[in-house]
Amino acid sequence: MDHAVTGLAILATTLVVVPLIAIFVYLLLKGASSVNLDFFLKNPVPEGESGGGMANAIAGSGVLLGIASLIGIPIGIGAGIYLAEFGRGTKLANAVRFTADVLNGVPSIVMGLAAYSLIVIPQRHFSALSGGVALGIMMIPTVARTSEEMLLMVPNMIREAALGLGLSNWRAVLSITVRTASPGIITGCMLAFARVAGETAPLIFTALGNAFFSTNPNQPIEALPLQIWVYATGPYEDQHRLAWAGALVLIVLIVLAVSLVRYVTSRGVLKGAS
Amino acid sequence: MGVGIEVTNLNAWYGSNHTLQDINLNIPANHATALIGPSGCGKSTFVRCLNRMHETNPIARVTGTVRIGDMDIYNDAQPVEIRRRVGMVFQRPNPFPTMSIYDNVASGLKLNGYKNRRSLDEIVERSLKNSALWDEVKDDLKSKSGASLSGGQQQRLCIARALAVDPEVLLMDEPASALDPVSTSKIEDLIFQLKSQYTIVIVTHNMQQAARVAEKTGFFLNGRMVEFDSTHKIFTNPTDKRTEDYITGRFG
Repeated sequence: MDHAVTGLAILATTLVVVPLIAIFVYLLLKGASSVNLDFFLKNPVPEGESGGGMANAIAGSGVLLGIASLIGIPIGIGAGIYLAEFGRGTKLANAVRFTADVLNGVPSIVMGLAAYSLIVIPQRHFSALSGGVALGIMMIPTVARTSEEMLLMVPNMIREAALGLGLSNWRAVLSITVRTASPGIITGCMLAFARVAGETAPLIFTALGNAFFSTNPNQPIEALPLQIWVYATGPYEDQHRLAWAGALVLIVLIVLAVSLVRYVTSRGVLKGAS
Repeated sequence: MGVGIEVTNLNAWYGSNHTLQDINLNIPANHATALIGPSGCGKSTFVRCLNRMHETNPIARVTGTVRIGDMDIYNDAQPVEIRRRVGMVFQRPNPFPTMSIYDNVASGLKLNGYKNRRSLDEIVERSLKNSALWDEVKDDLKSKSGASLSGGQQQRLCIARALAVDPEVLLMDEPASALDPVSTSKIEDLIFQLKSQYTIVIVTHNMQQAARVAEKTGFFLNGRMVEFDSTHKIFTNPTDKRTEDYITGRFG
């Protein structure tokens, strides 16, 4: 029986890893040959011509994710702190927690429509800002709920130690409890970041796409997932190859960004710290 | 220097549970005072009333007067102010896990806005020496986390952290109950040395420990203080029958 259960667990683990590896290998096979310097440095060429790259989409995704992180991470962490520390057991906290869970389940295309009606319609033009806002709002529930969970895992005796030193409550929360939970909170932020980095639907009515290089938040902007979608559904073989390359680059960039943040934030961690 | 503590008609509740009833007690300055009694008798609640930690629990309530030195802590001062004058060491060692040994000791001062780096170094060194931990950690002050130390070292680190804010009173809630015998005896030696400079109140389950470190001992039972006297008298010739039963191991 022991062997059977162990075997099942190993089988399940393998089934988790297999699709990930399969997708990555397939992307490498299909896309790696089209990833070259031009891909990173050139903008798309008119349909039917060969060559060109996705410089505009890479820069655009950077701008969109920057705006999204500026909105989603501070609001999410702030809400998580409220839920776990200041508002524990209050009606407001329960309402916020419920709302966050519902928000997490809202289809991403609806987020795009919301940003469209809130920003695009009043401004009368598509923009990177509206796309960033849509992605930022999508980040909030994940960041808030993981921050809350991580803060709740900090043992109460750590809070008592802080209060026992004569620290005021807000000081104890910000400098001790949040600091103790920070590795988990950072992981939550990275999860949310990686999730919205691949979103296409919320950008269709907001960022719109842009065949030219732009980093202006007030103009329509290209994004990797949008460009992949457009190219993959297009008729030209050249565009299909670029779409595969785009998908590969998107995954690699996400992995790089997450690893970089983990590396930078782990450098300050001391020997023996949990 | 330590100051005396004067407790008058202290009552405390957790919700509807009346955990402390009419406690009256004078704790002398610059001595160690032990509080003994069976589990749930209210002795931990009592020390938590002396630095207003009791009320951090939202369902807790306190009435009565506690004077520490010349300060009436429930009427004259904010909890934050009191807790700087009345340090606390908890049952389980609770160093801040993401901070270095140095930052653990300096945390109380640093986070209250103390900036002078030179004197901070001196205070950290003095506090670690006073808690008999300096020689064991002086080479890893900033490179190792407080959580990397052994249990006994962590508890001495917590004592150093409490001493660094220069309190007048040190409350210790069963400080050695989670430690091995060697670490326990180190903590007891420490209490012996520290009581010349601080007023120490120590809650303990271990009666030999009370006998070894404290001049005065109070016996708590069911939320009341049954007897308070010199440790020698409590352990050799208690006035109250219930104290005698507890000391001789007939219950608890």
